Amino acid sequence: MKQLLANPVLVKEIKLRFRSLKSFTGILFYLIAMCIFVFGFIMLTTSFTGTGYFRPEESFFMFAMLTYIQLGLILFITPGLTAGAISSEREKQTLNILLTTAQTSFQIIFGKLTSSIAFLLLLVVAGLPIYSLVFLFGGVSPGQLGIIFLFFFLTMLAIGGIGIMYSTIIRKTIVAMIATYGTMIFFTAVTGFIYLVITGMNSMAAGTLASSPIAHFFASINPVVLMLTLISPGSDSFITESTKVDIPIWIGYAIFYICITILSIIIAVKKLRVNMKRTR
Amino acid sequence: MIEIKGLTKKYGSFYALNDLNLTLEEGTVFGFVGANGAGKSTTFSILATLLQPTSGDAFVNGKSVKTDAHEVRKQIGYMPDFFGVYDQLKANEYLDFYGASYGISEKEREVLIPQLLELVNLSHKRYDYVDLLSRGMKQRLCLARSLIHDPKVLILDEPASGLDPRARVEMRDILRQLKGMGKTILISSHILPELAEMCDEIGVIDGGRLIAHGSVADIQAQLAGEKQITVRLKGLLENAVNFFEEDPFVSKVEIAAEKNAITFAYRGTEEDQIDLLRKALDQSLKIISFSETETDLEDVFMEITKGVK
Repeated sequence: MKQLLANPVLVKEIKLRFRSLKSFTGILFYLIAMCIFVFGFIMLTTSFTGTGYFRPEESFFMFAMLTYIQLGLILFITPGLTAGAISSEREKQTLNILLTTAQTSFQIIFGKLTSSIAFLLLLVVAGLPIYSLVFLFGGVSPGQLGIIFLFFFLTMLAIGGIGIMYSTIIRKTIVAMIATYGTMIFFTAVTGFIYLVITGMNSMAAGTLASSPIAHFFASINPVVLMLTLISPGSDSFITESTKVDIPIWIGYAIFYICITILSIIIAVKKLRVNMKRTR
Repeated sequence: MIEIKGLTKKYGSFYALNDLNLTLEEGTVFGFVGANGAGKSTTFSILATLLQPTSGDAFVNGKSVKTDAHEVRKQIGYMPDFFGVYDQLKANEYLDFYGASYGISEKEREVLIPQLLELVNLSHKRYDYVDLLSRGMKQRLCLARSLIHDPKVLILDEPASGLDPRARVEMRDILRQLKGMGKTILISSHILPELAEMCDEIGVIDGGRLIAHGSVADIQAQLAGEKQITVRLKGLLENAVNFFEEDPFVSKVEIAAEKNAITFAYRGTEEDQIDLLRKALDQSLKIISFSETETDLEDVFMEITKGVK
């Protein structure tokens, strides 16, 4: 593990990232936006109700909103951080030199991915003090928050892996970024739409709901649906009822995104030195 | 040290390299001469394990670039013709990153980096950001980078390209030092006379084929043994022309009237040349000077590649 973390690409990337003013201003604006939302929400709630109280249900609502903001942040920023990881090296003409060093393809890809994930983790952790306000007013357990953060981490890894994969196989950063954002839109919006269409057609065709593993699969891989079931565990039953498949959403989500992460990393590693593959 | 066997690289039906064979002994400085697109960079990219050949193989210290690329990388230092640098990274950090990439320990790097910066005359720029250095400094830093793991072989693709005359001289001096260290160096350049000065051997490549290979003297001898001779005279040039045209070893006689001189190609030996001069003096030709014109490597290159497709 120590050897993995002493990865030269990881060390260099972290050094460069934290030397850039952009990174700090990014964190600053993110925290400012979160503060405006949280304090604005508390202020509005207490002044509108006229009671001066902030009830646990309201705290829970704030927690749900914060979670979706964090999820949006991860879905929006991760492609930007990872989709240029390799292609920008290619564009800056630094990749050839890097590829002639003794580093393996896995070391290079691992260094690039972990440096991006490390920055995202910093962003999420920097927002924790604002999250802690939720505990101040009650309504949410620390365990629930832990599980949500675990799934945030998995989502980051998966999107990061996809971004790095596109960055490796596509020469231009801009195209790699579009491809990564496109994939994100598919996972967050299109899967939800497909789930609704399939369950809708099922109920219309049969009158009574038939079992639909495909609809369940599409619901399982949707991060927005997963967060809903994690924030309010009861909503899981709605998916189970509509698809007639009694498997918790999070299991499908975890399996799918772990597989996506591994597959993306394998493709990226294989394609990094693509010119060294035999050609005919 | 380096053995290239039947190396071929095809893109569709186009041959970037066609059956290249070359063997270089340890410590040789080999100059690769060729026009743009001749196949120099393709050869270097294959040796640097960046490109897989279509057929054939190349070996660095007995390790195949096809099957043992990881081992080859440890033995070569590669400097591409075009390269970029990272923003926000200082010169010593740049070298430190690549040192770590070759698995050199932090302690060793601390000793090594100042020495390398000293070698390329960049000690005073140690804490400067790499992207702010001049082109010549970046080239020297890249050379230092390619030396960080003490490779046995250096592959330098046009290291002096785009440099001003001073930077070129500095680069040449560094390469001389490296030659003195016993490194096997492969260098390509368009500044051909510079190669002649530094290289033990040169190879001329054109259309993906190695069309000449040997010492600089050998390559020059491939010019069909012709020398270019210039004779400056006082008096009638026509008489001199008639006289020299009669000699069996003389051809292509031309008058350079503005210089009061004639030039011709000569194929005879040195003894024949002495005889020719003696006979010319016996003919009462008023000769001011009789001299061989130096044939530089550019002339050699132009001559050898003439008509090659």
